[in-house]
Amino acid sequence: MSITTWTWVIIGITFAIYILVAIRARAVSTGAFYAAEQTIHPVLNGMATGADWMSAASFISMAGVISFMGRDGSMYLLGWTGGYVLLAMLLAPYLRKYGKYTVPAFIGDRYYSQSARIISLLCAIFISFTYVAGQMRGVGVVFSRFLNVPINTGVVIGMCIVFFYAVLGGMKGVTYTQVAQYCVLIVAYMVPAIYISIMLTNNPIPAFGLGSSISPGGAEILQDSSTQGRYLLDVLNGIHKDLGFTEYTSGIRPKIDVFFIVIALMVGTAGLPHVIIRFFTVPKIRDARASAGWALIFIVLLYTAAPAVAAFARTNFIKTVHNVEYAEAPQWFKNWESTGLIAWVDKNDDGIMQYGPGKVFAGKPTYTGTTGHFGQAMVSNVVSAEPNELYVDRDIMVLANPEIARLPNWVVALVAAGGLAAALSTAAGLLLVISSSISHDLMKGVLMPSMSEKGELLWARCGAAGAVVVAGLLGIFPPGFVAQVVAFAFGLAAASFFPAIIMGIFSKKTNVYGAMSGMIAGIGFTAAYIVYFKFINPGANKPENWWFGVSPEGIGTVGMMINFALIIIVSKFTPEPPEEIQKLVDRLRYPVERTLGETKASAKARAPY
Amino acid sequence: MAREQELQAYWKENLKYIIVLLSIWFCVSYLCGIVFVDQLDKFKIVGFPVGFWFANQGAEIIFCLLIIVYVRLMNRLDRKYDVYED
Repeated sequence: MSITTWTWVIIGITFAIYILVAIRARAVSTGAFYAAEQTIHPVLNGMATGADWMSAASFISMAGVISFMGRDGSMYLLGWTGGYVLLAMLLAPYLRKYGKYTVPAFIGDRYYSQSARIISLLCAIFISFTYVAGQMRGVGVVFSRFLNVPINTGVVIGMCIVFFYAVLGGMKGVTYTQVAQYCVLIVAYMVPAIYISIMLTNNPIPAFGLGSSISPGGAEILQDSSTQGRYLLDVLNGIHKDLGFTEYTSGIRPKIDVFFIVIALMVGTAGLPHVIIRFFTVPKIRDARASAGWALIFIVLLYTAAPAVAAFARTNFIKTVHNVEYAEAPQWFKNWESTGLIAWVDKNDDGIMQYGPGKVFAGKPTYTGTTGHFGQAMVSNVVSAEPNELYVDRDIMVLANPEIARLPNWVVALVAAGGLAAALSTAAGLLLVISSSISHDLMKGVLMPSMSEKGELLWARCGAAGAVVVAGLLGIFPPGFVAQVVAFAFGLAAASFFPAIIMGIFSKKTNVYGAMSGMIAGIGFTAAYIVYFKFINPGANKPENWWFGVSPEGIGTVGMMINFALIIIVSKFTPEPPEEIQKLVDRLRYPVERTLGETKASAKARAPY
Repeated sequence: MAREQELQAYWKENLKYIIVLLSIWFCVSYLCGIVFVDQLDKFKIVGFPVGFWFANQGAEIIFCLLIIVYVRLMNRLDRKYDVYED
């Protein structure tokens, strides 16, 4: 069967599974819609969290980003995993004990303030929308690249699927589909990774293959017998040196900036509402801890393979393309040329492709539709003076991987299904946050407190439906700033929720004045810094202009510190929180309080605090 | 009152675990993976420069282990102070 047929078949099967699961897991109460009735097994919740967390960017782009950044790319690997340690120890068990459904509800109750609740619900909605726009676009992009469907049609197909299980099933439907999606995406990622690892290094575990030496078969694929028996990373460093790049295993980004970015990503992860709410779905407090561990194990499975995929793809790419005549170029090169992910400009007119540091031309290639006299697709971009002749999009490192490794067609189709699973599962989690912020916090919590459960459930479904439509529109008409503001989502989560939640649990004396001033200052500072460097004065976005050498991506860390400092100082000089709030904070700290007659059954029915 | 003191002792022990485990968390990621990465890169385990390994895989694997250890410690602590959910 051809790649296209295989892709339709595999995507069709996976979509059918998602729909089937959604029908079986319909939510009929708000408890099921927001928290799946707190019945999800911690291992399953770990899988769902993994799918929820790993987005289109993790699946499609991350390995490519690492392969172009070398060691500097590890900041994403560190930053997007370390937050789970914070979740397991500092947040998940206590928020689960609190026992309600949303982050704004916790903040509103803990700080006995509707304004605190409103600020955090606005933050939650803003963060989730900036994040979800990229996911819907990702669905469209996968459809267009693998099936030649227009991007917009792809977005609409994605909308219909998500609409179905998020609106009908709520958290319950989303959880079980996310479990299925995790299975699809991890298989889709690991199969090509394992194949390539065996081909190049004879090691079936990609993570270990990265540190292995190149096998005789691998040397043959790289068309260079001198690489045989040498460590892959040494070979890659050598190639980099020869071409004028810095060594692959060395970094060029200032350490202080990397340090701040990693903190912002870790703390942001722990403060992102769509991750936190996943821990409301497990039956017990100790399950919340265990579930964070399972989630991280499932995530690290992919995250330790990613740097291996990055290094394999980079070595393979340079070795099979650099200094090769275009006429002799591998088949995948020509396949992907038509999708705009790769382009060759024959600057010195010798018919040979030369690769090196520097950009071939500014921006993405715009094809003229004609072919040059070697048969290459011509572009109309103004070329730079650099000797580099190859434009390579980072996404190709994952998307074209199966073809580069000459794997069977069904593996290529599997990668398409995996990319869709990653994008759809993250989108669904985010849509739930938007929906519950609207129905539970805004409508029930602030505007119409007397609403019945039925009414609230209706609002929740409407909220989810509305959010799907808006997210789809953002995917079809992507505002130019989406890529710029993803850093914003993490920075904002780090600078707003994280300090307020942590201090709310670990310090009884933290009061509403501290929390409000901290959140407002943290959000305000972070937003101002990012808006200035990304929108008002993008030309000034250079290390010499950054405060303390921290880029806009890492500034959420400074915002978080400001937030913490204000919470502590202001709380010290203003009245303590009421007695009952302090008692309630106490109760968050113990899984059950037997002297107060708490049991599992009563904990479930516990009145909201 | 005795029960109250017990519960406070439970919380203190919990905080102690958190501090110790988060110190390890900080060392493997921020110190080994970022601050001292170039010094560690001078050493090699198989084909990996050590600092590069910590940043790319080591810290992530140790994160998993830290959570596993914390979960076990806390389950034991919950039982010891009779706050274990049944």
